[in-house]
Amino acid sequence: MKRSNAPIFWLLFGAGGMLSALIGAMLVFITGIAVPTGTILSRNLLEFERVQALAQNWAGKGFLFIIISLFLWHSAHRIFHTLHDLGIHAGIVAKLICYGSAFVGTLLALRALWTIGF
Amino acid sequence: MSARRPYVRPMEGWWKKNPFFVEYMVHEGTALFVAAYAFILLLGVMKLAEGKAAWDQWVLWLTSPFAIVLHVVLLLVFLYHTWTWFNIMPRTLPPMHAGGKRVSANTITVTGLAASCAASLLLLLVCWSIAR
Repeated sequence: MKRSNAPIFWLLFGAGGMLSALIGAMLVFITGIAVPTGTILSRNLLEFERVQALAQNWAGKGFLFIIISLFLWHSAHRIFHTLHDLGIHAGIVAKLICYGSAFVGTLLALRALWTIGF
Repeated sequence: MSARRPYVRPMEGWWKKNPFFVEYMVHEGTALFVAAYAFILLLGVMKLAEGKAAWDQWVLWLTSPFAIVLHVVLLLVFLYHTWTWFNIMPRTLPPMHAGGKRVSANTITVTGLAASCAASLLLLLVCWSIAR
C-alpha cells in the first residue's frame, strides 16, 4: 500500500499554527509596529549590523528559517483545505499553487540565509 | 452527449447561513494573513542577504503609513488566530488524562493562552534588553 504524505503536511500545518499562535502576534507587533514607530522598543533594534549578526548566528539563522518556513507551510495547508470548502475542488493545480509557493518560499529563505553566511 | 444533467447542490455562500461556519471561515481565513506576514519576513531576509542598502530600504518601507496600518491589521488577525487556535485545540488533540480524569477543554485552552502570553512576553523582554 502506498503511504499517504498527508501526515507530513498536517504536521507542518500544526507546527506552524502552534508557533504562530504562541509568538506570531508578538513578532508582528515587534517588527511591524513597535520598532518602526519607536514605541516600547528602540528603532535601532532592526539596524543592519544587529540583524546580520542574528542571521549569522546558527541559532538566529534557525529561528528565522523556522518562523518563515513553518508560517508558510501552515497557511499553505490551511488555504488548500479551505478551497475545498469554497467549492474549488482540491486538485493537483490547487495543491501545486499552495504547497508549491510554500516550497519556493522555503527555498528562497534557505538561499538567503545561506548567502548571509556564518 | 448524454442528456443526464444531475443536480449538483450549489456551494456558493453555504457557510454564510450559519454563524458557526462563518466563524470557521474567518478562522481559516487567518491563514492568508499568516502567509502575508511570512512573505514580508522572507523579503526582509532576502534584502538582508543583498546588503545594507537593500536592508535599509526594507526597514524604511516598514515605517511607511501603509506598512504600519497593514501590521496593525496583521496584529489583530494574529491575535484572533491565537485565540481560535487554543480554543479549537481541545478538539484537535487526542484525549489527555491526568490523575485518572480527562483534562477538560477549558484547561487546555487556558494553558495554551497562558503559554502564548508567557512566550510573547519573554520575546518582548529579550528584544527590549538587546536594544534599550
